[in-house]
Amino acid sequence: MDQLFSLAAENLISPIILSFALGVAASLARSDLSIPEAVAKGMSIYLLFAIGFKGGVSVADHGIDGKLGMALLAGIILSALLPLIAFALLKVMTGMSRLDAAAVAAHYGSISIVTFVAGTSVLDSQGIGAEGYMVAVAAAMEAPAILSALWLVARGGGSGSKGMDGTLIREIMLNGSIVLLVGSFFIGMATGPKGLAEISSFIVSPFKGVLCLFLLDMGLVAGRGLREGGKILTPGVLLFGVVMPLVGAIIGLGSGLLLGLSTGGVALLMMLSASASYIAVPAAMRVALPEANPSLYLTLSLGITFPFNLTLGLPLYVAMAQALTGGSP
Amino acid sequence: MITHKAKRVEITIEAIMQSRLTDAMKAAGVTGYTVLPVFGGSGKSGEWNRSGQVSRASGMVQVVCIIKPERLDGLLESAFSVVERHIGVVSVQDCDVLRAERF
Repeated sequence: MDQLFSLAAENLISPIILSFALGVAASLARSDLSIPEAVAKGMSIYLLFAIGFKGGVSVADHGIDGKLGMALLAGIILSALLPLIAFALLKVMTGMSRLDAAAVAAHYGSISIVTFVAGTSVLDSQGIGAEGYMVAVAAAMEAPAILSALWLVARGGGSGSKGMDGTLIREIMLNGSIVLLVGSFFIGMATGPKGLAEISSFIVSPFKGVLCLFLLDMGLVAGRGLREGGKILTPGVLLFGVVMPLVGAIIGLGSGLLLGLSTGGVALLMMLSASASYIAVPAAMRVALPEANPSLYLTLSLGITFPFNLTLGLPLYVAMAQALTGGSP
Repeated sequence: MITHKAKRVEITIEAIMQSRLTDAMKAAGVTGYTVLPVFGGSGKSGEWNRSGQVSRASGMVQVVCIIKPERLDGLLESAFSVVERHIGVVSVQDCDVLRAERF
């Protein structure tokens, strides 16, 4: 327990978390601080490329083991099942309509790639290695949750759902984040450590600095969401935003242990299962379930669950993974 | 200078619906349109600002097109089928153009 507290304290005073806190505080105080849209987009491209590339290099370096296919399958199953649990919890804990609950549930089955990036940074800083292919697992977990949410709505009569058309399926599967993450993963896998050595001064050294600035921007967005969407956060909704990531993390922990992943791999699967999407799924929900309330799902995933995971969740998940796999930094 | 009567249709819609709307407009015979960025605003769904959006999910764009008056109904029907259940505004104004054959 002492180790958990010291890990949490260490995480809380890291430049990454403090940058995020600065963004939230500035936004809540109505400061005019803002990161230009193009800069934020550039930073997210950089982070996705770097994390995908490094994952690919790790796979090239250590080789592909038989767990890769199982881990991908587990990711897809988790992404499809977590919305069903989230939906049931929402119906019990909040008075949300079926449509809103399904839309929110989709976010909790899919993943937050920024939480994943921050998680890998926490693992790196503690010297904990993880399977490089977890990047591919992250990409595989983006979309199945959307199908589960649409099924939940269809099961209730389908009112409010526009369903999936070919354009939407293409937009989800070829979402820029997925293409970049998977593409850079394959580039890293093809070029290996030699390729990494060639561009490491660009994608390794500046990584944490860029992550700090990106999280400053995320803090500004989260703070703005809290300021504007605060009135929709009933105690039940607020509680769900904290309970659901813990439920997801525990299911991720069980899955990681069953798969026999390393300590870092288990921690990353917990982080993926605990996180909620705020990029791919909101866009899909606006198209497929336009009558669901976007303030609800964006405020919950970005204003409550993302900060919770970033500050308290990540060190907790790492400590739990270490305790149950017997791994140490 | 001789001018010709035309209709200017302005559709402010969620960015994610842009390609669906422009596809519907093309299907309705619209030969030209302009897409403009929208920096922020406020409406029934609340206040929003373009800066710091993490995705296109909550951004807006404006699609503007100028057409001959007799083609207005067809365009509005096509556009409405796309924007009906989404956040946005559709407005129509009378205008004059110099080269009628272009619209």
